[in-house]
Amino acid sequence: MPDLNTATAIDLNQWHLKSEQDLIELQKRIIESTDPNRPEIVVCHGTGCLANASDKVSEALKAGLAKAGINAKVMPGIKKTGCQGFCSRGPLVLIRPQGLFYQQVKARDADEIIEKTLMRGEIVKRLLYKDPKTKKAIATEQEIPFYKLQKRVVLKNIGKIDPTDILDTISSGGYQALAKALTSMTPEQVVAEVEKSGLRGRGGAGFPAGRKWRSALTAIKKKGRPVYVVVNGDEGDPGAFMDRTIMEGDPHSVLEGLIIGAYALGAQNGYLYVRAEYPLAIKHLEKAMEQARCLGLLGENILNTGFSFDARINRGAGAFVCGESTALFTSIEGKPGNPRPKYVRSVEEGLWGRPTVLNNVETWANVPLIIRKGANWYSGLGVSNSTGTKVFSLVGKVNNVGLVEVPMGVPVSRIVEEIGGGVPGGAPFKAVQTGGPSGGCIPYSLKETPVDFDSLTKAGSMMGSGAMIVMDDSDCVVDVGRYFLRFLEEESCGKCLPCRLGLSRMREVLDRFSQGKGSEKEIDDLINLSQAIVDGALCALGSSAPNPVLTTIRYFKDEYLAHVQDQKCPAGVCKDLITYRIDEEKCTGCTACSKQCPSNCISGEKKKIHVIDASSCIKCGICKESCKFGAVLTV
Amino acid sequence: MHQGELLDDILDQYPEKPEYLIFLLQDIQSKYGYISQDSMGQACEHAGVPLTQGYSVATFYQSFRLDPSGEHDIRVCMGTACHLKGAQRIVDDLSRKLNIKSGETTQDLRYTLSTVNCVGACALAPVIVVDEEYKSGMTAKKMDKQLKIMENELTEDTKEQGNA
Ligand SMILES: Cc1cc2nc3c(=O)[nH]c(=O)nc-3n(C[C@H](O)[C@H](O)[C@H](O)COP(=O)(O)O)c2cc1C
Ligand code: SF4
Ligand code: FES
Ligand code: FES
Repeated sequence: MPDLNTATAIDLNQWHLKSEQDLIELQKRIIESTDPNRPEIVVCHGTGCLANASDKVSEALKAGLAKAGINAKVMPGIKKTGCQGFCSRGPLVLIRPQGLFYQQVKARDADEIIEKTLMRGEIVKRLLYKDPKTKKAIATEQEIPFYKLQKRVVLKNIGKIDPTDILDTISSGGYQALAKALTSMTPEQVVAEVEKSGLRGRGGAGFPAGRKWRSALTAIKKKGRPVYVVVNGDEGDPGAFMDRTIMEGDPHSVLEGLIIGAYALGAQNGYLYVRAEYPLAIKHLEKAMEQARCLGLLGENILNTGFSFDARINRGAGAFVCGESTALFTSIEGKPGNPRPKYVRSVEEGLWGRPTVLNNVETWANVPLIIRKGANWYSGLGVSNSTGTKVFSLVGKVNNVGLVEVPMGVPVSRIVEEIGGGVPGGAPFKAVQTGGPSGGCIPYSLKETPVDFDSLTKAGSMMGSGAMIVMDDSDCVVDVGRYFLRFLEEESCGKCLPCRLGLSRMREVLDRFSQGKGSEKEIDDLINLSQAIVDGALCALGSSAPNPVLTTIRYFKDEYLAHVQDQKCPAGVCKDLITYRIDEEKCTGCTACSKQCPSNCISGEKKKIHVIDASSCIKCGICKESCKFGAVLTV
Repeated sequence: MHQGELLDDILDQYPEKPEYLIFLLQDIQSKYGYISQDSMGQACEHAGVPLTQGYSVATFYQSFRLDPSGEHDIRVCMGTACHLKGAQRIVDDLSRKLNIKSGETTQDLRYTLSTVNCVGACALAPVIVVDEEYKSGMTAKKMDKQLKIMENELTEDTKEQGNA
């Protein structure tokens, strides 16, 4: 069988890099040994596409190629990459060098792709993306608005490289920032460069990374070494998958950043704390570390500079609170992840009681860019108090669900409407929730709010880790508030009272609202209780928990009042306030609903109008879900 | 099931230090689906920590189970995107059909039902994960099909066992 791998003929084991020149030489050899005209089929193996059976697509392509027996000289390679961002159009297949972008590809399309595109150079038109506005088919990735309006810097390599092959990373310039730092910069210069870049932490709070590193240096002066560097890959926000995508799709970017940080601080050991549900991220990081060790980029005497550093992975075990810095450290130490009071900051007394620098996955992945291209280049991206770009996972009621990277400071509307293509059906969005369970919502009226740390905070929300959840008129703010509170109530470690009991009390009040009970005064009580929790909770899980409720009260008080005063849920979500009814004009009598109804309360013969018996309806909503004609209404 | 069984292949991989307790429990959990009293004892002894610490870790973190889990593992994504698209309806539906609550295992040890937060396939919400395989755009109807498939597999299995 001909060679279908895109990897070059270079044998990793023959290379142990001993200098910056060696690295550049290796890059040169890789580039020379790859034929730029050799066709390459890139299949997205990100979680979203895999869930849509993209692995079957790549297998079918492989089998098809072998069968077609294309002359070995032009035998295309098949490359499997991480999430290319446009998940709602997956499985995605790209054909290089033409740059053709095929979407929603099925295994059965493989033969046609091979026959038409690879053998005859023709385009398979039906697999192209069609712009919903202009109705025109678009052939290449760069021309699709979803990609054209982004600025992919951190995500640049994802979708281009095979994350399990370090040579692919090196070919695209990987580890050159590390080489530069180790050979031509002092640790002090590295810290200064990161400070100057203005890089702020991407894990939620937006603390300036350079300032954190500087404080660690001060702590080291007092307490001496060891010092530890740690990657926060716990990604607990229940609507986010940015960090996952970076770890899965470009693991070396995180690793390179971490090694540079270790050099700047003089750390010899590092930890990557990765969320339990991310087995693929763990696998790719492990492989990346193994390959980096083999090349002499990790471990003893890196690039023969005398600097040694190694790292290990800790798998999380399913506790949201372990994303919090002090809880994360206790978890690495093998104990339950309870946060501790921060009378002493964790840069001074972190892991094993030693000075420790903890940064988020995306923060670390930004570091090589800053070192390689310079702080000035970096701070030229974004706005003055929020430099660089930010990756968002754009989900919910939006056409183009996926991963989006934009410069800091672009308006919400650019992301949701222009890149995201707006709400399905074309109605304006109702609100966008940023910052997950600790954040808040931005209503449609504020859609020109710039997305940067300070502007979002001013609007009552926060940047958070980068989940952007789009809501439309069928989403109820009381329900969303209950959802986040229930989530945090379950995840609260229970150590301090304001969080342990306060969140349950808040949720109970919202439960009552959702049943049409309560009063306007209770809305005020909720605000007071929130304030007590904000003031009294030990860690940010508790102290930021009231945010979603506070912002929705601020922007959607009418909707709260509709629940408590009129016993109505305008969005038609809260079970106790709605009745399911069948629209006689739309019902075709297809019986889909009556077949599925678990309490058998829908009557009507085939091809005749159906009726729901409200007295035995349990309001599970399955009839609405199963009706193809939109005939089930909530009133 | 694995009461009294030696865990040497797992224990040998880790130095005898408290910091490896979570690693040990994770490996035991993934090999046996739960942590029996006996293996908890061995793990704690190896890590050099009291049993109480073992149990406090195992009950703090959601990924550990102290009871045997079902043959099929059904996890419903309750992430934000899935919530907006009806994840609660999916859990309720499964609860009704399997006659267990989330977090429980059916009496015949066939199914374990649990919830999980965002599994990274929000574009396909609502999502469930059945034995590591993603099922997208879930509906009650699709669930019936899925359960039927698993039910058939299970009867095949029992048949085979019966014949052997
Ligand atoms: C309850 C809670 C959960 C958190 N979860 C995460 C997380 O999953 N990932 C993350 O990077 N930061 C998380 N953080 C923020 C971290 O505590 C810490 O600020 C961050 O990792 C520092 O890195 P950065 O400055 O690069 O953002 C969480 C904080 C709290 C209070
Ligand atoms: S605020 Fe909540 S999570 Fe944080 S320490 Fe207190 S109880 Fe634990
Ligand atoms: S997983 Fe393929 S585009 Fe996101
Ligand atoms: S919320 Fe369910 S996959 Fe993301």
